[in-house]
Amino acid sequence: MNPELQGRVFEPAAPYLVGREKVREFARAVLSTSPLSLDPAAAQAAGYSDVVAPPTFAVVVQEATLAQLLAEPDGGIDFSRVVHGEQRFSYTRPIVAGDELTATLAVTSIKSLGGNDMVTAESTIVDASGAHVVTATSTLVVRGEA
Amino acid sequence: MSDLEVGAVIAEQTFTLSRDTLVRYAGASGDFNPIHYRDDIAQSVGLPGVLAHGMLTMGLAVQPVIDWLGTRGVVTDYGVRFTRPVLVDVQDGATVTVVAKIGAILDATTRVDLTVTFADQTVLGKAQVQVRFS
Repeated sequence: MNPELQGRVFEPAAPYLVGREKVREFARAVLSTSPLSLDPAAAQAAGYSDVVAPPTFAVVVQEATLAQLLAEPDGGIDFSRVVHGEQRFSYTRPIVAGDELTATLAVTSIKSLGGNDMVTAESTIVDASGAHVVTATSTLVVRGEA
Repeated sequence: MSDLEVGAVIAEQTFTLSRDTLVRYAGASGDFNPIHYRDDIAQSVGLPGVLAHGMLTMGLAVQPVIDWLGTRGVVTDYGVRFTRPVLVDVQDGATVTVVAKIGAILDATTRVDLTVTFADQTVLGKAQVQVRFS
């Protein structure tokens, strides 16, 4: 992996429009039974404009930025040896269907540990007004060649 | 709230994953890495067989907290380390158990610690959820 990736900030990914049925599909896929994620009427009764995405839904929005990282020409990251080490989501507010979200990736840390490389990538996700919604942080482990 | 004492178990739930669960998650998330649905490819990279997406395990593990929280508040932070794979048997699937305990009561938020096990071993490390009551 190229150590010069550390500190690199990427171009914002194309905006992601959060659809109601996508939220419901994702909620069912993570075995959610929450009416806030599945039932628009329940979400509206709780004060939301539409269904509320499960906390890990942000990974769907983050994905485009991780693809940017893996495709970086001088990155030197071999996708076939990448293992997901850690994941974190830090929310200012929940994602709600109807949000138009834009994610911007920054590489915050590159480390070598025991023959493996570790890269920490932070995707800052904002809404159409530019207000922060969630930061999704992934630590990827690139296994060394045995 | 009487359940808000450090160490109190607020939820415990068992989830059964099958290969269908993984295919559904692949479609919903867009993560089509074939190690999550093809044994031959999983084995070609040194795995015993198909495993669950780490993000699926992370995604389901927080659901008992979401149910407990209901409309009383929101999740403000959720982080995990992926420490062991969840192997999903073609016939028997995989059973994942989540125990959620109050880990800390802070000024603005409450931290819920998750213990997530499969085959008697924890599969997520430092799985912590911060919630803020409204």
